[in-house]
Amino acid sequence: MRRTLPILAVLAVLLAAIAIANPFFLEPAGFLGFVRRAAPLVILAAGQYFVIVSGEFDLSVGSLVTVEVVVAARLIDGNEGATWPVLLLLVVLGLLVGLANGLVTTLLRVPSFIATLGMMLVLSGAVFLWTGGAPRGALSEGFRMFGRQTGWAVLILAVTALVVVLLTRADFGRTLVATGDNERAAALSGVRVNRVRILAFVLSGASAVVAGILLGGFAGVSAQVGQGLEFQAITAVVLGGVVLGGGRGSVVAAMAGALTLEALFTLLNLYGISGALEFTVQGVIIIAAVAAGAVRLPFAHPRRSKGDAHAAS
Amino acid sequence: MTPDALPARRSRRFAAVAGPTRVVFLALAGVILIGWALVAADGGQFLTLENVVGVQQRSAALGIVAVGQTLAILAGSLDLSVAYLISLTSLVAAETMAGQDSGIVAAIAAVAGVSVLVGLVNGLVITKLRVHAFIATLGVGLIIKGIVDHLYDGPAGRVPETFQHLGYDRIGPVPVSALLWAAVALTAWFLLSRTRYGYRVYAVGGDVEVARLSGVRTDRVVIVTHVLCSLCAGIAGLLLAARLGAGAPTVGTDGGYDLESIAAVVLGGTALAGGRGGVAGTVGGVLLLAVLDSVFNQLEVNSFFKDVVRGVVIVVAVAVYARRTGLLRGRRA
Repeated sequence: MRRTLPILAVLAVLLAAIAIANPFFLEPAGFLGFVRRAAPLVILAAGQYFVIVSGEFDLSVGSLVTVEVVVAARLIDGNEGATWPVLLLLVVLGLLVGLANGLVTTLLRVPSFIATLGMMLVLSGAVFLWTGGAPRGALSEGFRMFGRQTGWAVLILAVTALVVVLLTRADFGRTLVATGDNERAAALSGVRVNRVRILAFVLSGASAVVAGILLGGFAGVSAQVGQGLEFQAITAVVLGGVVLGGGRGSVVAAMAGALTLEALFTLLNLYGISGALEFTVQGVIIIAAVAAGAVRLPFAHPRRSKGDAHAAS
Repeated sequence: MTPDALPARRSRRFAAVAGPTRVVFLALAGVILIGWALVAADGGQFLTLENVVGVQQRSAALGIVAVGQTLAILAGSLDLSVAYLISLTSLVAAETMAGQDSGIVAAIAAVAGVSVLVGLVNGLVITKLRVHAFIATLGVGLIIKGIVDHLYDGPAGRVPETFQHLGYDRIGPVPVSALLWAAVALTAWFLLSRTRYGYRVYAVGGDVEVARLSGVRTDRVVIVTHVLCSLCAGIAGLLLAARLGAGAPTVGTDGGYDLESIAAVVLGGTALAGGRGGVAGTVGGVLLLAVLDSVFNQLEVNSFFKDVVRGVVIVVAVAVYARRTGLLRGRRA
């Protein structure tokens, strides 16, 4: 809890600032609208948390989101009856991609940065090879309802958050953090390190499926729907105080980090900072937030952050 | 350890370091051979002058960036801001020149200044503020992107004819841009293998704590490395400005120079964790990507299929290296 406090404080300040600029934000509709907008990134951040805390990266989630949406549009093609079978297929696809990432990282011992970077190229290449360069088809109303209707999106987010928190409280969560902290020690104490890591990648893939379904409904079909989401998710997780390199951080803080990032975007929009300069402010804030966290750390954990940060990549 | 164990150990070390480099050049030869056969079967000519020049032209900009990236990765860091810096420096160059020959020197100085500044910021944020290189350089990249996008909507500035020679002229079969790449690569190779700085880079990348305890000023090494990496991106920005005849706000990101340069470095056998590898492998990695591209272009393969193959090649190559180093480590244990 102590670790999630700083990010929750920052989030509270940002939310208050938004509320002052736009009182509509305090009404249920306004606030839930914000939550719905933030839901995909929060879910992606939760998935990315598992991978990062185990000491790895997943750069493929952005392209996986795009693949999910484009595949759904092509296969459903406006046909209401195809919605559920396609949803099932999407879930299987996402889990398989996660599994492949995990297997390549653990069994073939390719650093996850490269393994998931390769996956990103393969996924985005393959899906547009299949559709001939541009997204085709259309999503059904049944599919779009999840991302479009605030109730559904908020419910999905709540369920995901619950599952994720339960997972981190379970044995899996503990062994995962142990693996990220010290792989060898974890292995020697009987943790099946590879299996735990593979599961982390599968969870990240699953998070991309859910985020894709929400974004497909919310934003519609486009080739850019997942662009840059991997970096945003990693940023959100790091904003939440999770250490790149693994072994430290909480999933609640990671999700709060995603909400903070989304609140930051909302706030910048409200204060009329032009689209482009938004990136600049975002860059400054990310560096400042992580620097503030890193500067405090040495007192609690003498000279750790630097060493394993490098070893991780 | 007995003294006679040392040479054996050194040769093994040599195998670990030289291994991937040899693999990438063997793979390069293999790809050229297969490409030649495939294109010949398709009724075309692969090793034409036009093609050889094309491969060099295509790889020069990425090659220069990748050399800088090699330094950063060897030192245990990485640089995600290069793509944005390339866009920025192409604009700085073209705007300073403004179509005048007299502006060339000033433009080069300005690009160098901007690059050094960005490199310094990267290095200082990583070492003094203790921000992970991934986040630090991503953040600096976003800052640059915001500034560039805010100031420019499209191409700007003009590069005089004299400077455009850098882009497309060639001496015999060798383009000027490839010579520039060779010069950058040789400089980096010299720095890494013949100077104290180079040994320190390997030491810091190998184990930053051990390096620090051995008296290396690790922070300084990382900062200098990032300045050099940014300078390489600046040189690539100059080259691309010369090619386009103007500066462009998306030239760096469109080329995907950030992730692609990291992929090329790793393809060349440099360990992403730092401390192992070298410039020669990177040159091989960049050429391998360019030759693959050229083969696909000749066979008129769908560009999306190219991405798929590229992704597979990168992962497979790194898996092969991981296997080799794993075997070596196993033997030692």
